[in-house]
Amino acid sequence: MIKPTSEKMQNIQHLIPEFERWKERYPSDFTGSLTIPCLRRIQEERGYIADSDIDELVAYLGVPRMQVDEVIAFYTQFTREPLGTHHLQVCHNLSCSLRGAEGLVGYLCNKLGIQPGETTADGKFTLSTVECLASCGTAPMMMVNDTYHENLTPATVDALLEDLTR
Amino acid sequence: MTAPDSTTPAFPALSGRKYFMNFPVTDTSHSLEAYKARGGYQSLHKALTSMQPTDVTKEVSASGLLGHGGAAFPAGRKWGVIKLTDGEPHYVCMNADEGEPGTFKDRWLLEHVPHLCIEGLILASYAIMGRHAFIYIRGEFDLPYRRLRDAIEEAYAAGLLGENILGTGYSLDIVLYRGAGSYVCGEASAMLASLEGKKGWPRNRPPRLTVKGLYQRPTVVNNVETLANIPAIVGEGGEAFRKVGLPKSPGTQMISISGHLVRPGVYEIEYGYSWEKFIYEDCGGILGGRGLKCVIPGGVSTKILDANELKGRTLDHNSALAAGSQIGSGGMIVIAEGTCMVRVARVIQRFYHHESCGQCTPCREGMGWMERILDRVVRGEGRPEDIDRLYHISNANDGTTICSLGDSAGYACSAILDHYREEFEYFITHGRSMYDGSLTVEDPFAAVGATA
Ligand SMILES: Cc1cc2nc3c(=O)[nH]c(=O)nc-3n(C[C@H](O)[C@H](O)[C@H](O)COP(=O)(O)O)c2cc1C
Ligand code: SF4
Ligand code: FES
Repeated sequence: MIKPTSEKMQNIQHLIPEFERWKERYPSDFTGSLTIPCLRRIQEERGYIADSDIDELVAYLGVPRMQVDEVIAFYTQFTREPLGTHHLQVCHNLSCSLRGAEGLVGYLCNKLGIQPGETTADGKFTLSTVECLASCGTAPMMMVNDTYHENLTPATVDALLEDLTR
Repeated sequence: MTAPDSTTPAFPALSGRKYFMNFPVTDTSHSLEAYKARGGYQSLHKALTSMQPTDVTKEVSASGLLGHGGAAFPAGRKWGVIKLTDGEPHYVCMNADEGEPGTFKDRWLLEHVPHLCIEGLILASYAIMGRHAFIYIRGEFDLPYRRLRDAIEEAYAAGLLGENILGTGYSLDIVLYRGAGSYVCGEASAMLASLEGKKGWPRNRPPRLTVKGLYQRPTVVNNVETLANIPAIVGEGGEAFRKVGLPKSPGTQMISISGHLVRPGVYEIEYGYSWEKFIYEDCGGILGGRGLKCVIPGGVSTKILDANELKGRTLDHNSALAAGSQIGSGGMIVIAEGTCMVRVARVIQRFYHHESCGQCTPCREGMGWMERILDRVVRGEGRPEDIDRLYHISNANDGTTICSLGDSAGYACSAILDHYREEFEYFITHGRSMYDGSLTVEDPFAAVGATA
């Protein structure tokens, strides 16, 4: 096990006890596996992953920097840039499209004045389209940060946005 | 704002045997206490106190249980490959990545019967003498993750996990591992790469994962639903399980059904159930009083079947195969008369292009190419040679790629072309859809004016 040196771990120092606890349930040689859980935890806190986070994680886990960079680029949930406070992710796969996903995207574009992939000027909302979120029976739907909102209609979208803007 | 915990609605039960949807869902029915009151963890107790690991595998083989992740591989045969005396650690990984479009039944299981899933995973681990097991859950899942996390902690606290389970000397730790957004990580070898903390690239076989899997150790990967069947098989015995359903399709199937349907949702059917009765009666038939055009039976990666091909069919593996398709992941998507199939194909192809991991040339290049062609056709700029080209690219992926994402995309596309070629020809000739071009029957956003 690598003992972290405190002066090099300004960003993730406070998370290390948690990371160490996770190891208790892993087989002994599984340090590399922690890459994804650690990145998730770092992003959960900051909203994105900064270069300095990666440096510290590489030092802590002892995995190649290249592996961490590849992981961040490969998985769609990781981001190197800050997103809006509320990340609206609308599923536009088949079942949702059959139940009005296109209309939902258009409605959100109109209301927020942005296109998918963009963030509102006040930094409150980022809009994205994503693939199936396993919520096809309750379409159309979107995920706002961690939470699924299903069976959406103009009225429920209005209420939700109002709530989030408040 | 915190939305109410979203759970899939429950509907009146279909006739037939149930292993999962056999209790009233309440706010607490997922707890350890409620699960134990329904007889939960008795199979674990039985196995750990009166069965050898090989006995568990024997029962699973005798049950004829087929994997529910998509390929219907016999579970007992997979476990049987593991050599219990090779001195290596062995791992079981539960595949809870559920990414196949149209599939949301594992979510139901994780939300409502997390302990059943965990009991199945412990039994599987015991059967292959594993000391550590993994659950790989897709990164977007929130409530299923929290339910599973809490259930695991409950199980540890009750002595059902950790050292010396139920005082029997068997020990097992479970790692609950969250993905981070990637469809291809549902493919077993990609999932293991992801569990090793790498990007999720599938790899060629051999060696099989049961020979060299996670960290080069023998590894069994099973779908959530597959493992959730194990407690019943151990409890009632493999022979008894085999009598449920049909001889070549033992047991039940969790069907997630969505699309142009009055009552979409998750249903458990006993294999052999009437396909038409299921759609027209149990699920309430097609929206807007329309006719049924076609069904994608088991996730978008399975071949489309039209209304005629479903006539008189039952829901089971042989029947689906005879019709030219598969039960797959049980993710059934229902499409009404009047729906533009060119646009359906485009949505599906956009998905495959987005999810191709890019390792194999035919898949990396082909998926984007097919999407560009379909985009062009939908814009009204299709060319006469486009149909042949789509077939050509589909065929070029057949059997030439590492994982079956490329093949499946090709099969899905050519099956739509085979059935609805005239719609593609019409779109290319006239520059517009043969129908109104819409994908919806009832669009909640239609009145407020959107992109259409
Ligand atoms: C591209 C791709 C995606 C897959 N996604 C999933 C998935 O989300 N869940 C799953 O259980 N199996 C998925 N599979 C199938 C797995 O590779 C594997 O066969 C399955 O988990 C084995 O479990 P079973 O034998 O219990 O069915 C996928 C396969 C491919 C090729
Ligand atoms: S077929 Fe496609 S997704 Fe599968 S390994 Fe090859 S490039 Fe990746
Ligand atoms: S298609 Fe949108 S959640 Fe599955």
